[in-house]
Amino acid sequence: MNNDRITYVTAHSKWYRLNLGEIWRYRDLMWLFVKRNLTTSYKQTVLGPLWILINPLLSTTVFTVIFGVIAGISTDGMPQFLFYMTGNVLWGFFSACLNKGSSTFLGNARLFGKVYFPRLVSPLSEMVYSFINYAIQLAVYIGLVVFFALTTETVRPNLTLCLVPVMVLQTALLGMSIGLIISSITTKYRDLNILVSFGVSLWMYITPVVYPVSRIPGWLRPLFLLNPVAPVVESYRHAFLGCGSFEWVYWLISLAVTAVAVMLSLIVFNKVEKNFIDTV
Amino acid sequence: MDKNCVIKTEGLQKEYKLGVIGSGTLRADLQSWVAKKRGREDPNRRIGAKEYKPGERFLALDGVDLEIFRGERVGIIGANGAGKSTLLKLLSRITSPTEGSIAYRGRIASMLEVGTGFHGELTGRENIYLNGAILGMTRAEVDSKIDRIIAFSECEQFIDTPVKRYSSGMFVKLAFAVASHLDAEIMIMDEVLAVGDMKFQKKCIAKMRDLAVDENRTVLYVSHNMSTIQELCNRCIVLEHGKKVYDGEVDEAIKLYMGGENDEFFSYEYTDDRYKFPVKRHDLNLTKIKYIGRTSNLFYDGEPVNVEIEWENLADIPSLSLRIEVQDVRHMPITAFLIEDFYSGKKGETHKQQLSFDVSRFARGRFLTRYVFFNKKDAGAAFEDIENSAGLAFRRQTTETHKRPWERLWGSVRLGEIEAVT
Repeated sequence: MNNDRITYVTAHSKWYRLNLGEIWRYRDLMWLFVKRNLTTSYKQTVLGPLWILINPLLSTTVFTVIFGVIAGISTDGMPQFLFYMTGNVLWGFFSACLNKGSSTFLGNARLFGKVYFPRLVSPLSEMVYSFINYAIQLAVYIGLVVFFALTTETVRPNLTLCLVPVMVLQTALLGMSIGLIISSITTKYRDLNILVSFGVSLWMYITPVVYPVSRIPGWLRPLFLLNPVAPVVESYRHAFLGCGSFEWVYWLISLAVTAVAVMLSLIVFNKVEKNFIDTV
Repeated sequence: MDKNCVIKTEGLQKEYKLGVIGSGTLRADLQSWVAKKRGREDPNRRIGAKEYKPGERFLALDGVDLEIFRGERVGIIGANGAGKSTLLKLLSRITSPTEGSIAYRGRIASMLEVGTGFHGELTGRENIYLNGAILGMTRAEVDSKIDRIIAFSECEQFIDTPVKRYSSGMFVKLAFAVASHLDAEIMIMDEVLAVGDMKFQKKCIAKMRDLAVDENRTVLYVSHNMSTIQELCNRCIVLEHGKKVYDGEVDEAIKLYMGGENDEFFSYEYTDDRYKFPVKRHDLNLTKIKYIGRTSNLFYDGEPVNVEIEWENLADIPSLSLRIEVQDVRHMPITAFLIEDFYSGKKGETHKQQLSFDVSRFARGRFLTRYVFFNKKDAGAAFEDIENSAGLAFRRQTTETHKRPWERLWGSVRLGEIEAVT
């Protein structure tokens, strides 16, 4: 026998044992899940993967018409379409991670009830899948930014771009960990499941996605920026377009919040995954 | 852990809470909690429902100690609710124990359901990779085995078709093909063979046995089908109410599990509930059964079975027929004795009837009987509609010494001699 590793399962295992090594051994499964999602998402659709682009382009157009043209909300002097698309693409990534994370347990109950593999593989693969969608949208978006940067005076990408990878990773982790916490609670209480769908869309409105932070009254701004996603969106937009400001103090706070959320979600997830199949 | 021991459990317990677990909504749980704190009645309690106290719980598994060694093919049997599936779930880490511990060596591949994680939109080939990975294989491992897997599945022709177009039989074959090519040291199967045709079932069992014998893998197999257990396993565990009641020889285990039948009696009154099958028919109630003039159920060559049965008419019976079905210890039907239109009577009467039949053609061994009363009209009714009762078992012993005794392996019934025709 080539494999003599002994595995111990005990009734009272430690909450901090995360078994990251095991997740690594199942990395092939993670990729196959991603591949499955990629190949099955757009089966039997006419436009296929083009939907990945149509989605944000359509909703950005709607935002442009409603918030830009009709409501006339300021975009810090940026081309409206580009401004809305910036926030929209990043927010789309965040909400995808959150939604996917929150359906980890309920959505996979059948699979989890029949076979064991490290449960974390499932949300991680969803995160990677969402990231691939995001990356495709980002490519188109960067094309737009280059176009506007060359043709207009206002769009000025700057060195803050170096921090964008960190922001993107942070967005994914924050969304996913909040999703996982919700998922862990929904194994017992289904209420949160209902809350998630409209909660996320409400959350978007307290985040500077369709308006700049400069529109927020000064006295409210500190409170507003404590929303962990707010400084990320604002700073991300600053990096690509040069508008608004890089809110580094609030961004650091947001990073700390993300770290705490990740830790908390792992602990809760680890605890719930062991027996959730008995209550789900 | 001993070097040859692959699974060891100690005091394994799994507890489920009785009653509804929470109400499923946070608000209702908070309401209940507040009410409890204030000493009021729980507003969410169902009217008339018994309140389950924290102490009330259900032990699906109650302290199971197991030691399973390399290369063993272990069958796990027991009635529904005995804890078989719970045990497999714990071993395959789908849920964790309430008390006790499990240690295992190597990898466990569990097939609690075939085709877990199959995606209808993916082709057979893609699903092999996905399913293999779910069961713990790496891509490279699947790569090296894919040809053998496809060949085993007998689905070569459709391997690049989405599995949603597969018949359920093909689906099972493909799924089993993947699972049986795992490199796992321990394979766990729960009734997975119940589907699929006989030929493929045989092939799967042979494959599992080969894996155990040739490659020293360990197989844990749960089934209600005693003949597959006998075919595959070399050790058998009987569970009853979450406890291990027997661990050892397969035949003994099956006998124990099948036992509890009236197998050692030579007469019986149908008054208590020890019988597994209902005795009451809508029109008559069998009350007594006995072998006439005997004190055992052992019959030697040339001894006819003389039996007396007694029943009470619950309705007018214009015509009564009886079939005595003979089964082997695994409840596989062998043959039947028939008597038609032998009685008619009025409601309320009790009747004693003596019957005689010849069992000398049966081979040595133990046989179960089942008494099926019927009307000639409903003789062909479906099995579920037939009201029957467990009759007395009989044992056959041969006295022939001059020729070779009938071997059980040749079958349970001995037919006539062959005539040489010139």
